[in-house]
Amino acid sequence: MKNIKTIAKPTLKNTASKGCGECQTSCQSACKTSCTVANQQCDNTRRR
Amino acid sequence: MIHKFKFKELNIVMDINSGAIHIVSDMVYDILDFYPDEPKEAVISQLSNKYSPTSINDAFDEIEALKQNGMLFSDDDQITTEMLEGRGPVIKAMCLHVAHDCNMRCKYCFGDAGAFEGQRSLLSFETGKKAIDFLPTHSGTRHNLEIDFFGGEPLMNFDVVKQLVAYGREAEKAYGKNIRFTITTNGLLLDEEKRDFINANMENVILSIDGRPEVNDRMRRTPNDKGTYSLIIKNYLDFVKEREGTYYVRGTFTRDNLDFAEDVKHLADLGFRNISVEPVVTDPSLGYALREKDLPRIFEEYERLADLYLQYAMEGKPFEFFHFNVDLEQGPCVYKRIAGCGAGTEYVAVTPEGDIYPCHQFVGNPDFLLGNVWDDAFENKLFEDFNKAHIYNKEKCKSCWAKFYCSGGCHANAYNMNGTISVPYEMGCEMEKKRLECAIGIRAALA
Ligand code: SF4
Repeated sequence: MKNIKTIAKPTLKNTASKGCGECQTSCQSACKTSCTVANQQCDNTRRR
Repeated sequence: MIHKFKFKELNIVMDINSGAIHIVSDMVYDILDFYPDEPKEAVISQLSNKYSPTSINDAFDEIEALKQNGMLFSDDDQITTEMLEGRGPVIKAMCLHVAHDCNMRCKYCFGDAGAFEGQRSLLSFETGKKAIDFLPTHSGTRHNLEIDFFGGEPLMNFDVVKQLVAYGREAEKAYGKNIRFTITTNGLLLDEEKRDFINANMENVILSIDGRPEVNDRMRRTPNDKGTYSLIIKNYLDFVKEREGTYYVRGTFTRDNLDFAEDVKHLADLGFRNISVEPVVTDPSLGYALREKDLPRIFEEYERLADLYLQYAMEGKPFEFFHFNVDLEQGPCVYKRIAGCGAGTEYVAVTPEGDIYPCHQFVGNPDFLLGNVWDDAFENKLFEDFNKAHIYNKEKCKSCWAKFYCSGGCHANAYNMNGTISVPYEMGCEMEKKRLECAIGIRAALA
């Protein structure tokens, strides 16, 4: 493509339907007052 | 839904439902002002003064190819009601208030200098054991559980922390679970012995400091009204030198330091590698509260911080800024992005008295008291309320481009500002969206 460079794939379509729920709760990570969730890690990929 | 924005000289287009992100030419960026509402001919004539019809034609083909591949204007069919609300009342994370007392008197403290609207008190080992047992017995099939030792100042009750970690290790075996311990401290009592214990046992450590000495000392004071920077900084530096696991130095910015990128810089220059600085959320009538008219200045500062982040990364002295950590390869799954922070559903806070609340920010509010760890017949009466307060049920979030990154914001902020957990705190949203644009812009610049 001349005009478009894709830097993130459509991963939200691929993720497991229900989620395993094993990853860290966002508020426990650093903020405690404002919770961005997208900066959390997936435990499934971390383990892989 | 798409969202497009500029970051430095880059044109960035996000496809919200699929999570795809693209860097596009000026022409595609302009075309997307009209596409897909207007037909190609109309767009060609609208943009004829800037681009030739042939090149617009080519760009159209590229846009359509992406669309066909589900990477632009994609739907959200993958999201089901089952995903949104089918979670059972499983609790897997706990903020354990081991001390409702504090050896600092920070002016912006939401915990009322540790007391949380109540009496000063310390968690007893007995109640702590009950709290620890509560978690595995309410966690269903979840294997990974989390306990954050919080306060007030948890190091004021460190013997109990140590006893509870030992007890937790036994509980792991007894229940077949894995418990991750973390701790948040103001650093005053962080001596060598505590450091070694924390390093050996805690998966993450949050060290509170606001940044430059004068900024830290304006808010973070001792009970006899002295600054605390000089009392904590050496403890933190010593701590981090020894630390192998994750840690964050974490600060709060207020209206008094809207130049907070300088505070991040100060911390980075001292050698701290994981940094978080958060906007203060407080009574809007207070002088240091952030106001709507500060937003343009705050946005500018996040941009400055993004520049600093990139500059330091290029110069080989990178640091992490909590809100700029967005993993474009594989962040959390959709399920997690919808579920949000988990307060009131899978996350609770427990006070020194054993009282259970949806999260640390609701502690002390009788309307949100859920029960007590000494009461074996616990039932989370607010589960449905919190479970339903997700991005597809909040009007503002539903149409917001940031929804899969932000996940609906902080329930406590929403409640405190709007009296309901289903209307997000507007200023928080504006700052969140700006941080996300910077975070994604940074990834684009490094791509
Ligand atoms: S930024 Fe605000 S409106 Fe958007 S998803 Fe987050 S809380 Fe909802």
